[in-house]
Amino acid sequence: MSDYKLSHLQELEAESIHIIREVAAEFENPVMLYSIGKDSSVMVRLAEKAFAPGKVPFPLMHIDSKWKFKEMISFRDSYAKEHGWNLIVESNREAFKAGVGPFTHGSKVHTDLMKTQALLQALDKYKFDAAFGGARRDEEKSRAKERIFSFRDKFHQWDPKNQRPELWDIYNARVHKGESIRVFPLSNWTELDIWQYIRLEQIPIVPLYYAKERPIVEIDGNLIMADDDRLPEKYRDQIRMRKVRFRTLGCWPLTGAVESDADTIEKIVEEMMTTTKSERTTRVIDFDQDASMEQKKREGYF
Amino acid sequence: MAESALNIKEFLDKDEQKDLLRFLTAGSVDDGKSTLIGRLLFDSKKIYEDQLDALERDSKRVGNAGEHIDYALLLDGLKAEREQGITIDVAYRYFSTNNRKFIIADTPGHEQYTRNMITGGSTANLAIILVDARTGVITQTRRHTFLVSLLGIKHVVLAVNKMDLVDFDKETFDRIVNDYKHFVAPLGIPDITCIPLSALDGDNVVEKSARTPWYEGPALLDFLETVPIDLDRNYTDFRYPVQYVLRPNQNFRGFCGKVASGVVRKGDTVMALPSGKTSKVKSIVTYDGELECAYPPLCVTLTLEDEIDISRGEMLVHPDNLPISDRNFEAMLVWMDEEEMDVNKSFYIKQTTHTTRARVDSIRYKVDVNTMEHSSVDKLQLNEIGRVVFTTGKELFFDPYARNKQTGAFILIDPITNNTSAVGMIIDRVDAKDMVSEEALAVLNLPEMGIDPIHYEAIRQVCEALNNQGLPIKCITDK
Repeated sequence: MSDYKLSHLQELEAESIHIIREVAAEFENPVMLYSIGKDSSVMVRLAEKAFAPGKVPFPLMHIDSKWKFKEMISFRDSYAKEHGWNLIVESNREAFKAGVGPFTHGSKVHTDLMKTQALLQALDKYKFDAAFGGARRDEEKSRAKERIFSFRDKFHQWDPKNQRPELWDIYNARVHKGESIRVFPLSNWTELDIWQYIRLEQIPIVPLYYAKERPIVEIDGNLIMADDDRLPEKYRDQIRMRKVRFRTLGCWPLTGAVESDADTIEKIVEEMMTTTKSERTTRVIDFDQDASMEQKKREGYF
Repeated sequence: MAESALNIKEFLDKDEQKDLLRFLTAGSVDDGKSTLIGRLLFDSKKIYEDQLDALERDSKRVGNAGEHIDYALLLDGLKAEREQGITIDVAYRYFSTNNRKFIIADTPGHEQYTRNMITGGSTANLAIILVDARTGVITQTRRHTFLVSLLGIKHVVLAVNKMDLVDFDKETFDRIVNDYKHFVAPLGIPDITCIPLSALDGDNVVEKSARTPWYEGPALLDFLETVPIDLDRNYTDFRYPVQYVLRPNQNFRGFCGKVASGVVRKGDTVMALPSGKTSKVKSIVTYDGELECAYPPLCVTLTLEDEIDISRGEMLVHPDNLPISDRNFEAMLVWMDEEEMDVNKSFYIKQTTHTTRARVDSIRYKVDVNTMEHSSVDKLQLNEIGRVVFTTGKELFFDPYARNKQTGAFILIDPITNNTSAVGMIIDRVDAKDMVSEEALAVLNLPEMGIDPIHYEAIRQVCEALNNQGLPIKCITDK
């Protein structure tokens, strides 16, 4: 019977494809949220696999906080074009016009307005009834308890105490008008699984994940890359070239780099296997307040 | 340098081939379950430094483990739970060793146990049931074991914890094992392994302990790494619930699905249910190219030689190995909703990829999860389990859960709140003559409702249309 053995990656892949197809079959208007990060890259590939040789029957949506790394934006546009995705890009235009940003308003206000509120506005605008996200349960403690099909009320809020039971691979996709489901097809993947899969499948990722000499300034212990001229004056003469890479990608002032020599996918996986720090240590937004991720999730953040 | 790069590559190639074991842990707050999980994660180096720092900080501040690190804090993610000092739901943990990747479903043992354990255990290959060496097999142990057997989990580890508190006494361990084996025998769990351990000190968790020289079995982690699970799936009965129909162009019509059980090969004759039409498998399509055969749980796309109309919710099978097709069946049902069962409600039932209406015909009995005794009831409440007879709007294609988890499992959805109200495991079909109520899901007695007879014909037509959509309604027009 060992002929029928599957590796853990094949099993995870099958689980994710099943979830993605289930959403396409049961919802009227699903969307896949695309953060341009490594997890999104895997999720997008899994969607392409789910419907091959056909086209994916839902669009990709990126919530642009206007503070993403330039390399992320160019990667996004070329990937979507090459792979024939219908790409939607949305931002909180009012907040952007008002000049909201992490340096002037702090990470909390910036994240709330440019990520959470922007996402909620976009979901309402297109009336999506299901939205895929690339979150994994091993990322953060409150996510470890979230369902794969995670119900959101009319206000997009998550109630951790009132989740639908979820058994086997039978997902309850029923919602009333205005309610929605966030779907996490990568729930059971770990960071290491993601990297191993990227290596195995040769999935393209943003070059920022690979180590390279980059202009870095140290802010509150985080290695921040000076990605554009919005870096405040006071830091500019502290910029040094350092060989770094990113374990997660987000808004450039809120994403810390790690010093690394890992400039190939093999070296990244090797580094992953021996690291002693969790990936969220490079996310500045988590330090805002105690249990801050759970708070954000309740309010509708992914 | 080149040599070391090659070694990394070889190592990764091997590492990517590891298989996956999902397991459930069950035990009460005091059995040391969180400590055991924390120990497995800690010893397999899956706790990062920054998490450990936070853990040490929190242990001093709010921990309940005295001098020791309180591993429970690591596992209790949600704010509300931390305040109440309990875990309220299922939490998933991940770790891997050189041989296997593991997913732990960690479920609490307090009063919501049934709902939580059932939720966490539905996908598990194995269950670890903890008992305290000082108290041995208690009511809770029986309850957890019963639920594990209900879910059809084939491998059980009885972890006799806190052996350090009974001086690693062999007789104590043997007595607990005997008690347990005596109780578990009628439940038909095929593989049971009993391990004496101390989660707090680490005895027999990762390494075999020198303090139990009389114990000849493996340490817990060693067992988890080696227990064979690839034969647990059903490779005999080919069942392919169609999930999605793919028609990218005029020349391609593919049926996307997950192989629920059995094996399908290119060229096989397959039958579509319910139509009964047959064809041959032309190709097994994936993004990575065509396959010669597909087996569970692979997700593929099948194309057929002939143009047959098949939709989501229908099933492809081998014509010489058919599932049961019926509208009447009985199942073990676990009620998961705060709102108690309303036997007059017409629920949605979702089984494989098929959704139709279902109604409770009768409740044969309720099982007391503590004593396993049967009693008669007229409805089920949260966390209660019963043997229930159902009628569905459309035929289901199923197998007994004991033979095939994939086609024997279903969920019931409340049509008003959309909650998942209950989950079920099918036992078998039921003859129509043994049904209590009539075939119809609902009855409209028009004269009793005081409806003017001039509307009868219109109502009859509506009922017929609903009937065709899988919602049979009996329409009474005579007084």
